[in-house]
Amino acid sequence: MVQDKTAGSRIFDIVNYTLLALIGLITFLPFVHIIAGSFTTATELAQKQFVIIPSVWSLDAYRYIFSTNTIFRALGVSVGVTLFGTLFSMLLTALMAYGLSRKDLVGRSGIMFMVVFTMLFNGGLIPTFLVVKEVGLIDSLAALVVPTAINAFNLIIMRNFFQNLPDGIEESAKIDGCSDWGTLFKIVIPLSMPAIATISLFYAVTYWNTYITAILYLNDSTKWPVQVILRQIVILASGLTGDTSGMDDFVRPPEQTVKMAVIVVATLPILCVYPFLQKHFAKGALLGSIKG
Amino acid sequence: MQDTAANNAVVVQPKLKKNTDLMRRILKNRALYLMILPGFLFFVIFKYIPMAGIVIAFQDYQPYLGFFNSPWVGWKHFERLFSDPMFFTILRNTLVLFFFNLAFYFPVPIILALMLNEVRREYFKRFVQTLVYIPHFMSWVIIVSISFVMLSMDRGIINELLVMMGFEKVNFLMSNEWFRPMYIMQVIWREAGWGTIIYLAAMAAIDPGLYEAARMDGANRLRQIWHITLPSIRSVIVVLLILKIGDVLELGFEHIYLLLNSMNREVAEIFDTYVYTAGLRQGQFSYSTAVGFFKSIVGLILVMGANWLAKKVGEEGIY
Repeated sequence: MVQDKTAGSRIFDIVNYTLLALIGLITFLPFVHIIAGSFTTATELAQKQFVIIPSVWSLDAYRYIFSTNTIFRALGVSVGVTLFGTLFSMLLTALMAYGLSRKDLVGRSGIMFMVVFTMLFNGGLIPTFLVVKEVGLIDSLAALVVPTAINAFNLIIMRNFFQNLPDGIEESAKIDGCSDWGTLFKIVIPLSMPAIATISLFYAVTYWNTYITAILYLNDSTKWPVQVILRQIVILASGLTGDTSGMDDFVRPPEQTVKMAVIVVATLPILCVYPFLQKHFAKGALLGSIKG
Repeated sequence: MQDTAANNAVVVQPKLKKNTDLMRRILKNRALYLMILPGFLFFVIFKYIPMAGIVIAFQDYQPYLGFFNSPWVGWKHFERLFSDPMFFTILRNTLVLFFFNLAFYFPVPIILALMLNEVRREYFKRFVQTLVYIPHFMSWVIIVSISFVMLSMDRGIINELLVMMGFEKVNFLMSNEWFRPMYIMQVIWREAGWGTIIYLAAMAAIDPGLYEAARMDGANRLRQIWHITLPSIRSVIVVLLILKIGDVLELGFEHIYLLLNSMNREVAEIFDTYVYTAGLRQGQFSYSTAVGFFKSIVGLILVMGANWLAKKVGEEGIY
């Protein structure tokens, strides 16, 4: 594209670049403030308000939050749920998506309709809760995974991807005597790694960020993932009334630095995988806009 | 090889009865059905049985009596809902938050995308995109926690800045007036960057020749945006707007549940939080199911209507 170099255009560029830089900064600054604040002392934070680079470095806040095993336990739950959940969801999603991608399957469109309909209408909070209770998942860590195992949206993306693989691949696998299982695991899945990676990331982020299912289904606070602990420490302790169960470990209102440290612990894994996320999610977001 | 031979046999015997043929096709694909089975069971158990469970909205459900033995009460719970003054509070809150969304959130990704689209230096564009996409991947707990730490009365940075500039401290977290601005700011912070993706994709498809022609005619940059970029993405805007209207009842339970407290209940209670409080906190299973069912039905009608409208204006619908 030819650049136009009029004065007006240059002023436009200067204003535009400045504003965008500011927007980017404002979006990211809260994270910097929280991370920096978590690595300093409470007094430093109280004296100099907007800490970006602390003059006094300190691990006090981290020492404090790791002095009990609440956070360790919660991190363990979150990591476990994320790993097993992603694996479980991916397995169920890929199997179902592959079956539904095969055009010769009798009843395929019926099952697809059944899947899509759940995106439009659902039984609601209470009936779902009662079913989870009936199948005995209350207070079990499986409650964080099994009731949300398949995301209909992810399933459809996966199925579309499988469907768009060249037909010849499956036919030649058949001729070579490959069973349906063999075709899926030895040929189709290895060819679908980009889609598998994208959807695994979708699931992993969802599992790491999950908190509402834990609040609904887990009364036992020793099984809470880190997001729920974060809510207890920061949101409920911000002088708010409401549900204060499970706050025994942090009886007095925690210092700001402590809250910040817990936020960092819950945020860091996402920031670490963010470069991969950005690459894959942008693709995924556009995949979603293609009709299923 | 035997399998293939069997398949061919089916093909060369067209006289086979239709039923046997169907059975054969199903049997041939039994491995595929086995693959679908776990997912199928998931949808039946966790999606369709709860849908059937909506019947308790028409019962006085007692946990020890179960779905089958609880007494039927007809429309009692719906009558109670419509005569409950809380119903109008919730409805008002939902509509007000929806209009806040429409007025203050909806234009932001469009404007941001227009700005990003004007950037010619790829590295700068990617840098800004990297920054503004980040909050989308954070849970609502993290977004709300960071806001609360910064807005806290107890040495929160925002209140300290207010004091420094000679203002009074504001109790953002526990007030009726600040709930809606706080809600919408968090929505903008988390989603505005991510929301640009679909617009940027639409803008990437615009023919560069159009801009060149406009420049020849002496159009400056703002005029190019106004007369070329915006009209080119108009249909995307219209579709997203319509779909947004279809989603009027989906304000984000996970988000609002975190913001809700006894001080702002008057403006923050929405259908989902009310279902949670009335159902799981107070144990009114049947009544809260009725509330949830009402919401789902209205939501379904709105989404279908919105999708129909989106197709009507010449765009492909989502479902």
